[in-house]
Amino acid sequence: MPAEIYLNVAVGGILTGLVYGLMALGLSVIFGVVRVVNFAHGEMMTIAMYIAVTLFSAFHLDPLVMLVPIAAVMFAFGYLLQAGMINRFITRPEHSQFLLLIAVAIITANMLLIAFGPDAQNVQVAYAFDSYQIGPLIIDATKLYAGLTAIVVAAALFAFFRYTAIGTAIRACADNYAGALVVGLDVKRLYALTFGLGAACVGAAGTILLLLFDVTPAVGPSYTLLAFVIVITGGLGSMPGALLGGMLIGLTEAMAGLIFTPSAKTMFAFALLVLVLLFRPQGIMGKNAA
Amino acid sequence: MKTKICSGAPYSRITRRTVTAGLGASAIVAGVSPFNIVRAAGGPLKVGVLLPRSGVQAGIGQDCWRGAELANGILKELGLPQLDIVSGDTETKVEVARSRAEKLISDGAQLLVGAFDSGQTTAIAQVAEQKGVPLVINIAASPAITEQGYKFVFRNFPTAVMILGDAFKNQKEVFANVGAAPKTVVFMHVNDTFGTAMSKGISHVMPKFNMPYKIVQEIAYDPAAHDLSVEIAKAKATGADGLLMVSRLNDAILLTRELVKQRWSPMAILSMGPGWYEDQYLKTLGKLSDGPLSFVPWYDPNKPLSKKLEQALAKKYPGFNLNTNHVYTFEALLVAADAYKRAGSADPKALADAIRKTHITNNVSPGPGIQFNAKGQNDKLQDSAIQNRGGKLVAVAPKSAANAKPEWPLKPYDKRS
Repeated sequence: MPAEIYLNVAVGGILTGLVYGLMALGLSVIFGVVRVVNFAHGEMMTIAMYIAVTLFSAFHLDPLVMLVPIAAVMFAFGYLLQAGMINRFITRPEHSQFLLLIAVAIITANMLLIAFGPDAQNVQVAYAFDSYQIGPLIIDATKLYAGLTAIVVAAALFAFFRYTAIGTAIRACADNYAGALVVGLDVKRLYALTFGLGAACVGAAGTILLLLFDVTPAVGPSYTLLAFVIVITGGLGSMPGALLGGMLIGLTEAMAGLIFTPSAKTMFAFALLVLVLLFRPQGIMGKNAA
Repeated sequence: MKTKICSGAPYSRITRRTVTAGLGASAIVAGVSPFNIVRAAGGPLKVGVLLPRSGVQAGIGQDCWRGAELANGILKELGLPQLDIVSGDTETKVEVARSRAEKLISDGAQLLVGAFDSGQTTAIAQVAEQKGVPLVINIAASPAITEQGYKFVFRNFPTAVMILGDAFKNQKEVFANVGAAPKTVVFMHVNDTFGTAMSKGISHVMPKFNMPYKIVQEIAYDPAAHDLSVEIAKAKATGADGLLMVSRLNDAILLTRELVKQRWSPMAILSMGPGWYEDQYLKTLGKLSDGPLSFVPWYDPNKPLSKKLEQALAKKYPGFNLNTNHVYTFEALLVAADAYKRAGSADPKALADAIRKTHITNNVSPGPGIQFNAKGQNDKLQDSAIQNRGGKLVAVAPKSAANAKPEWPLKPYDKRS
């Protein structure tokens, strides 16, 4: 097989993986700070995808143009969900939190089913069939835009947490819950902000992902599972780990499909997860709990 | 004055008034009863049509349903009884197909039609046989379905082996017609029941036809996959002249997009399944949909009933091309109505016996007509070769059922405006 094929497939896999990473980043941020595992993560992404589909079919608005407004809507959704519901479960046993978020996921999927029906929907942008050729390398334009946008969004999120006062306060909550309370931080408000940011992140990922894949109301659980695989591989709670995990999973799936059989792509992604769990249980960039 | 009309019943209260009332009641009963009997024999047969109208195969399921919607109007013109057609959505899931079949039967369906997909149809066939309700398969090619010794299952659709045999025969006719042929092909197929059956069948059937090409690689993929870029990259890397395909609809669209993005235009796309000729494929891809050749169960455009069906479709769904989905769903309902008329009853056994003796020559699909062998299979069906041309479909082989010559080779995707 010509060497450029490996290069083409690897680049395609990494670009798709970057979007997967952005999606998983939301899960990682929420868990890293609020310590709640968001089982409704995939469904939150499908909400964003359907908003993008609706805006595209009604006004022909490109999903990339609508990325910021959709992320803002998802931020509000996440903020209200945390402030109105999940904050009351923070001190309750973990299984109560799990059940609450699974219920949110089921309700969301069914509401989307009622609103949009069961059929797959997508957007047909003008550059849907475009690709760039650099020597032997052919890059799918939509994947390139999606991957670059994912990098920009992730960089903005890193900058927010690193350089803003609110970001610093949120990191303080994540590092020491009791200490944050002692110094007078409004922890529940910061939790709501964090959940909102995680939701905005997954909203942005969903909007970008719509350029690559169709959406159906039932697609949420598979993305939730994918996000878990990525954050566990990259390191639960680690933001760079989520992006790295996404790229690794994207690359693994693509190369496994090329070298072995495309039917077994997912199997290899899970095999990578098993290897990480066996030899580095905290994830590639996760902190060792011990 | 009371009149005693029966001496043996001294306390009888039968009077003239009673007799009159009795006669009146008898007249009413006499008048109503025959009417009821007529309704039982002549009322519409309740037919449950099971199709994947949502889920991954929703596009094709909805297309099949269009064929079902045309049935009653044409059946009336043919002097056949009307059908009470009830829809059952399988959601493209085998387990849902099974439960919907059970539900339709418990709701009074006297005959089932369905279900486009071999996996779902296999599950429905088991239910139909168990409950003793006839199933007329519209589309499903897995040979195993009619090899189980079922008494209530009938298929007016070719098996995978029949499709492959006709496909190779028609391919050779096309190659001879254009004076060219690919030397190498990549065989790409979905990994569901149909795709696997076709994959198994190809190794047995292809050697018998001495094809001019050899398969350099076989690539199986998930029909529900979101991304088929790796599959096309892998196929492109072989440098093969052509693609031999067994697809569904969504994956056919995804594969075409990847062919364009990865800048690969093979000499020919030779499909032996659905996907590449569907209206949704043509409408979604526009000019990029032109060129693929599909070797599939089709219709004979020269038969009178084909023209009638085309007109009915054009009237109800302007802009839609008549295709396999409409034709074979319609013909399954034609079989049901014809059998119901001859059976004179909705009794399942009588219906099954009547279906077994079906001999319809005024039909749509190519070949001598609709009849079933001892296994419940119509083994007289013939397939066609069709080509996408400017948003329309033309039949290019066999010559007896063709209305155009094939265009060869596939116009490169980057040369299309």
